[in-house]
Amino acid sequence: MRVPGKGRVNRRITVPFTFDGRRLYGHEGDTLASALMANDVRLVARSFKYHRPRGIFSAGSEEPNALVTIGHGAAAIPNVRAPVQELYEGLEARSQNAWPGLRHDLLAVNDLFAPFLGAGFYYKTFMWPRAFWEKLYEPAIRRAAGLGALSGLHDGARYDKAFAHCDLLVIGGGPAGLMAALVAGRGGADVILADEDHSFGGRLKGEVEEVDGQPGHAWAAGAVAELMALPNVRLMRRTTVTGAYDQGTFGALERVGLHLARPHPDAPMETFWRIVAKRAVLATGALERPIAFAGNDRPGILQAGAARTYLNRWGVAPGRRIAVFTNNDSGHRTARDMALAGVEVAAVIDAREDVVAAGDFPVFAGARVTATAGRLGLAQITLRDATGRNVSLECDCLAVSGGWNPSVHLSCHMGAKPIWREDIAAFVPPEDAVPGMVAVGAANGDFSTAACLAAGARAGGEALAALGLKAAPADVPKAGDGTYDIAPLWHVPGKGRAWLDFQNDVTVKDVVLAAQEGFASVEHMKRYTTQGMAPDQGKNSNIGALAVLADATGRTIPQTGTTTYRPPFTPVSIAAWGAGGQGKEFAPERFTTAHQPTVQRGAPMIEAGLWHRPSYFPQGGETSWRAACDREVRMVRSTVGVCDVSTLGKIDIQGPDAGAFLDLVYCNTISTLKVGRARYGLMLREDGHVMDDGTAARLGADHFVITTTTAAAGQVMRHLEFVHQCVAPRMDLRMISVTEHWAQFAIAGPKARDLVNALIDEEISDESFPFMACGPVAVSGVAARLFRISFSGEQAYELAVPARYGESLFRMLLTLAEALGGGPYGMEALNVLRIEKGFLTHAELHGRTTAFDLGLGRMIAARKDCIGKAAAQRPGLTGPAREQLVGLRPVHDGGAIIAGAHLFSEAATPVSANDQGYVTSACFSPMLGCDLGLAFLKDGRARHGKRVVLVDHLRGVHTLCRVCDPVFFDPEGERARG
Amino acid sequence: MVKLTAKPPLETGLLFEAGGARLLAIDTGRLTSIAPYAGQADAVSQVLQAEHGLVFPAPGRVSHSEAARCVWWGRAQAMLAGPEPAAGLGACAALTDQSDGWAMLVLEGAGARAVLSRLTPLDIRTEGFPAGHTARTELAHMMASVTCAGPDRFELLVMRSMAQTARRALETAVKSIAAQG
Repeated sequence: MRVPGKGRVNRRITVPFTFDGRRLYGHEGDTLASALMANDVRLVARSFKYHRPRGIFSAGSEEPNALVTIGHGAAAIPNVRAPVQELYEGLEARSQNAWPGLRHDLLAVNDLFAPFLGAGFYYKTFMWPRAFWEKLYEPAIRRAAGLGALSGLHDGARYDKAFAHCDLLVIGGGPAGLMAALVAGRGGADVILADEDHSFGGRLKGEVEEVDGQPGHAWAAGAVAELMALPNVRLMRRTTVTGAYDQGTFGALERVGLHLARPHPDAPMETFWRIVAKRAVLATGALERPIAFAGNDRPGILQAGAARTYLNRWGVAPGRRIAVFTNNDSGHRTARDMALAGVEVAAVIDAREDVVAAGDFPVFAGARVTATAGRLGLAQITLRDATGRNVSLECDCLAVSGGWNPSVHLSCHMGAKPIWREDIAAFVPPEDAVPGMVAVGAANGDFSTAACLAAGARAGGEALAALGLKAAPADVPKAGDGTYDIAPLWHVPGKGRAWLDFQNDVTVKDVVLAAQEGFASVEHMKRYTTQGMAPDQGKNSNIGALAVLADATGRTIPQTGTTTYRPPFTPVSIAAWGAGGQGKEFAPERFTTAHQPTVQRGAPMIEAGLWHRPSYFPQGGETSWRAACDREVRMVRSTVGVCDVSTLGKIDIQGPDAGAFLDLVYCNTISTLKVGRARYGLMLREDGHVMDDGTAARLGADHFVITTTTAAAGQVMRHLEFVHQCVAPRMDLRMISVTEHWAQFAIAGPKARDLVNALIDEEISDESFPFMACGPVAVSGVAARLFRISFSGEQAYELAVPARYGESLFRMLLTLAEALGGGPYGMEALNVLRIEKGFLTHAELHGRTTAFDLGLGRMIAARKDCIGKAAAQRPGLTGPAREQLVGLRPVHDGGAIIAGAHLFSEAATPVSANDQGYVTSACFSPMLGCDLGLAFLKDGRARHGKRVVLVDHLRGVHTLCRVCDPVFFDPEGERARG
Repeated sequence: MVKLTAKPPLETGLLFEAGGARLLAIDTGRLTSIAPYAGQADAVSQVLQAEHGLVFPAPGRVSHSEAARCVWWGRAQAMLAGPEPAAGLGACAALTDQSDGWAMLVLEGAGARAVLSRLTPLDIRTEGFPAGHTARTELAHMMASVTCAGPDRFELLVMRSMAQTARRALETAVKSIAAQG
């Protein structure tokens, strides 16, 4: 209910919203939780397993119960914590995990089966019959699992990632964080102050207390105003620092559009930040923990601190008659604030013996709450007083405080464990657990405001000193400086289920059961009971559960220890983490200079590496890719074809030792190449297997250009840099990629030379430019390079011009080619042409083949060393047992050869044990009129002429094949040399 | 006589502007990579000084004269921008023409840093990355060269084939920053 005269929402502005279709109203400044509370909506959710009615438990991001779905359709977001969701006009919220509705949830029948659904139930109760597990039990359990549901539609919203750098990252904008930011900011450091809330001040926003003689929240607002005026301070609101990583890197999630009724379509909904900070201050505060007692999960039971935050910050009371159950002074503060605001306080039930009333309401010292009643909302509690007498109290709200847990999480993200402090019955961050980060304030176990302010100021000063800056002298503002008197109380023994993990419905009994069954380690207990594995990541249950486990296993709390803390601190949407990687943003697209004219001709494109390359160029009447491909192959072999080969890596290598270096990285000899000549080269890895092949062209005495496979260009460049820097640092050479500077086109076919001569300024002949020659030419005055190399086996040239002329040259080439009866050809035809000639691609150079396997063993020059030479000679990498490159032709007409199929002897059963090899490349050959394949076959070179059976087990294909030389067409290679 | 026509990677000029940030495509002009051979760093510097009026830049720096700039490009490598390289350089350094290998975009305006912070992990705060500083770094999954060319002006070079990707990534970031006010 709304309390007059309290809170700081703007009551002049009414904000309409809906919850489960019901139209309700809040005020500007409300969260969904405070607005629901104002409207006396107590039942907001059903729990995960037992579908128990649940209400709002907290006022922050640790909320375990009030999880709702916001929005509908593709924009629907499940598992939104109501206290975190800022209210906006037209907000649509729906409860989750209840059918047909919250009040009458049929799945609450699960609660009746609770004895069968306890910890580890799926190992015990759904085991028989075995077949039912996969078909019935598991699907049913899966359907019942989870809280919210995704829409199943593509999320059209945008998400950004971003980077920031600073001297000091202050994590948390409460009193400690504000002081640290002020001191460091005034001292001139680059400061980022981040808080998950939309405003700064932390607990000061929810308490009635003074700082520097003014209300705490007013002091905080003044501090923020000063920080905003400092150009070196950056305030990041709605930004949760989610994780601490290496070298001062932090992840942070910024809510950008989730609080807006009409977010801008160009703005992101969330931004995921990577912040690199020289120093960090952990001022994340502390979270209030519950006490486990029978029926402690009803709607209306909430954190004592949250109860008074709703009252003081939002002017709403969680009930009309409030009781308090506490083991420290926090509960008394709630009672005092409520009473002063005119809300009826039924009683304060304090587990400690020595307590006095803070106002005009009954106090039961040395007492415990033992039971509650009220299925859809708390109606009554039962307590046992110090004398053992049972007392029943009517109340619709029970504010509980079991103490405070410092939010240590980030300090433990790099593997450290928190330290137990007996005096505050809580864990605190270990020192130096994250280099450069220091914990202050409540996050470090200091619970008084005065201590928080002092610690924050000190940390700010220390950060300045570490950065070589000076702190301006300033006083720490005066504030309350109380003591923290707590009597640890984790569990009230008695009948009835006492809840620990509200989200996964884990009770004290479950944890005790886990211990009984031998899961005594806290990590095992966690997985066995699922305590701490829900979206709140155990914020509300971890310490309570491990206290129960400690008790059940006869250990102390520090002996039992905590589970591993891992990022993220609060859930992060996968869309935010994947920002900058969705759709086309996933990877760059690389286009050649011929792209426009290529797509204009309707060529379907494929991706090779990141490059877009044409698959084939369909012509009128062609109904399939095969028709186009067959035509292009015949065209290249009978007239002339033009193909864009710009995408292959081109590496320019210059220097006195360039030749010697290439002798080191290629297995054959390159240094003997004459100027104006090119040579095929094979490059090995250190382990003796083939890495890549290509051509090396010598353009000058100390000048080479080598080519690489398109997709391997970066990898080869990296390899060459490694060899130069680490293996042969004394060799004098320099290298750089020139892939992009040159647009390069293959011109192949019997009429290739005619086409080239129609284009270049000075004619060439077979004699003046023989096979494997290379050198400078000019195309209407533009300096170009010509290489007479062939990947098709035809007479062929590759012509390279500076990329600015690429498109123009390509158009010109096509015009001239078509005039000669030829035209463009794409990747399909390129592949068929090279298979017909037994030329290799990375289908054969797949990383597990050696030069010996490929029949190129003799390419490894005897007289020189090279990368991979020694390793290639290891036992097992040569010999008849190796799978060696062969060609395959079907024995019978129409026999299909399929890449990926395996080879078997004719008599053998086609199973793994009899595997003789596999097919790496296959095609239909228009020139030979049948399927062809390149394959690796055990002792293949000795089996030419023999038959093997090709079996594709997936497609059910069996083909009898003849093993042959891999060069099927023009075996003497006369056409290229013509 | 056939005539080849030239086409830049992106239409030069203003591509997009919003929220205090402007994105332009610029002609790279003549770019030559200069990589001094072993022990030739001083010789290279001397030729550069004599013929082009500038020194071989230190790592992360740009050196410049009236008609030329030299941008550090990596380990013992720099990019000469502007003139044809002096004849004497070829004897002491490996030179390659890189004029057509790169697409150049300029991001300028008060919002430029905010935009750039969406796309690169590089620390571009003014103090550490003022005018005359350069870096080889990542720009939206692409390998790039980023140079601070003025108080709020950044020159970005990416591989020519990725020009469209760079343009789209920068436009999206400019719009995003502008939309967040």
